[in-house]
Amino acid sequence: MISNLIQRKIFTLLKVQYSNMLEYRVEIALWAISGVIPFFMLNIWTNNNLNESINISDVMLSRYFLCVFFVRQFSVVWVVFSFEEDSLMGKVSPYLIQPLNPFFRYLAQHLAEQITRFPFAIIIAFFFFIFNPGSIWIPNLGILLLSIISTFLSFLIQFLIQSIVACLCFWTEKASSIERLLFIPTLFLSGLLAPVASFPEYVKSWIYLTPFPYLIDFPANILSGNTTNISGGLSMQILWIILLFPVFRKIWFAGTKKYTAMGS
Amino acid sequence: MKPRKYLKVYKKFLHTSLASEFEYKTNILIDLITAILSLIGSIFLLSIFFQNTSTIGGWEFEQALIIQGIYTILNGITNTWFNPNLTEIVKHIREGTLDFVLLKPIDSQFYISLKKINPSGFLEIMLGFCLLLYCIKINQINLNLGFLALSLITIMCSICILYSLWFFISTTTIWFVKTWNATEVLRSFLYIGRFPLNSFSFSLRIFFSVFIPIAFITTIPSEVFLGLSQLWKILLEGAVTIVFLTTSRKFWLFALKFYSSASS
Repeated sequence: MISNLIQRKIFTLLKVQYSNMLEYRVEIALWAISGVIPFFMLNIWTNNNLNESINISDVMLSRYFLCVFFVRQFSVVWVVFSFEEDSLMGKVSPYLIQPLNPFFRYLAQHLAEQITRFPFAIIIAFFFFIFNPGSIWIPNLGILLLSIISTFLSFLIQFLIQSIVACLCFWTEKASSIERLLFIPTLFLSGLLAPVASFPEYVKSWIYLTPFPYLIDFPANILSGNTTNISGGLSMQILWIILLFPVFRKIWFAGTKKYTAMGS
Repeated sequence: MKPRKYLKVYKKFLHTSLASEFEYKTNILIDLITAILSLIGSIFLLSIFFQNTSTIGGWEFEQALIIQGIYTILNGITNTWFNPNLTEIVKHIREGTLDFVLLKPIDSQFYISLKKINPSGFLEIMLGFCLLLYCIKINQINLNLGFLALSLITIMCSICILYSLWFFISTTTIWFVKTWNATEVLRSFLYIGRFPLNSFSFSLRIFFSVFIPIAFITTIPSEVFLGLSQLWKILLEGAVTIVFLTTSRKFWLFALKFYSSASS
């Protein structure tokens, strides 16, 4: 009974958000295009033969960057920006009355957007293979499944971190600047611009203790077939989720207590 | 055109927008940290590229730092003026407030492009200048008046091209209403400006000189700094600047003909 109700809620939310997202196809296509930086990076790497020194062949590196593109496409999170707008506009108040944590709404929004984004990402990948026919490969089912799981876990980690930052809106009003600050280490340390394997030793020694390499580098390595410690990576991802979830709950409850609607 | 009137109006713009921005003092501090971290991140990335080679596309590490410096200055200018103003166009058009702008006895492009200012970008501009000064020292560039004038002219041209690009994209909002993401695409493409153009493959180089003139924005000013640039390139940059400025102006006036307020 209860699980049925939850299922119905989740299904309805997803359906509503999906039809909402389909309204903005052009916008989502543009989002997909704005994620092509990894391909430019690939161009720098291979055009200057920089990959020889890190023992990754041209083909493996192009697969890596294609997978980076995919992982990034399906783990982009913008909950801070939505929540900031909603809380400044006072839209959070009606959400709070509903018997459902508003973050489920945002979660459904993100998932629906990922489904809408999927065809565009496939089209971009198709063009990538036209220009790079040597790098075509078909990952086997197990690998595909593992990489989907790890991409989803990476999405959850980022969603939790951003939700924690979003809850700061209850105190500061402009939480998105904190998110922009957090985005910088994500950009440079997650493997989006250069594979973590190429990082100098003094960074590699501590980077695997932070969540960053598990956001993009790890799922992309699984999918592209580059060497990586699969069980270790997955358990680190789960560990980070277990660590972040109570923080989010705490800050959420503290924040809703602090929350006062506009005009009170 | 009455320059004195416009100067007076601009002073008022400065006053009001600075006053409203200084409401969020911690925000400015966070933005400063973001700018510093971002610069450190890109130098880190550059150092990864140069780990095992001494040149990329014919540029040494010390020379490539000049590009970073110029990019940082331009990014600061984007964050100070272009980003806060030109993203506002989207809001004006969606909410129909562009009517009020058009009714004012002042040039609409002037109003829309300079209304707001975000002081945290200044710090980024200063960071960029500090890096450039450091580069002048380590590259042993001897300063003279001709060199200074030339580099100032090329940087001014870059700023104008950058402005035209932003303005051009924002103008398309009149037809598409939601081009928030189009600016995001531009942003991600401009990211390439951090690297010397020669480090890309031939086809991308053509793309980045013709369609999105990143070559003119950061590479040519950097070549001027190193005294490598030929005269024809500088003249070409000047010509490109004039073409971009006039077409973006014409495009705005053309687009306004299609503006039909909200709900009509």
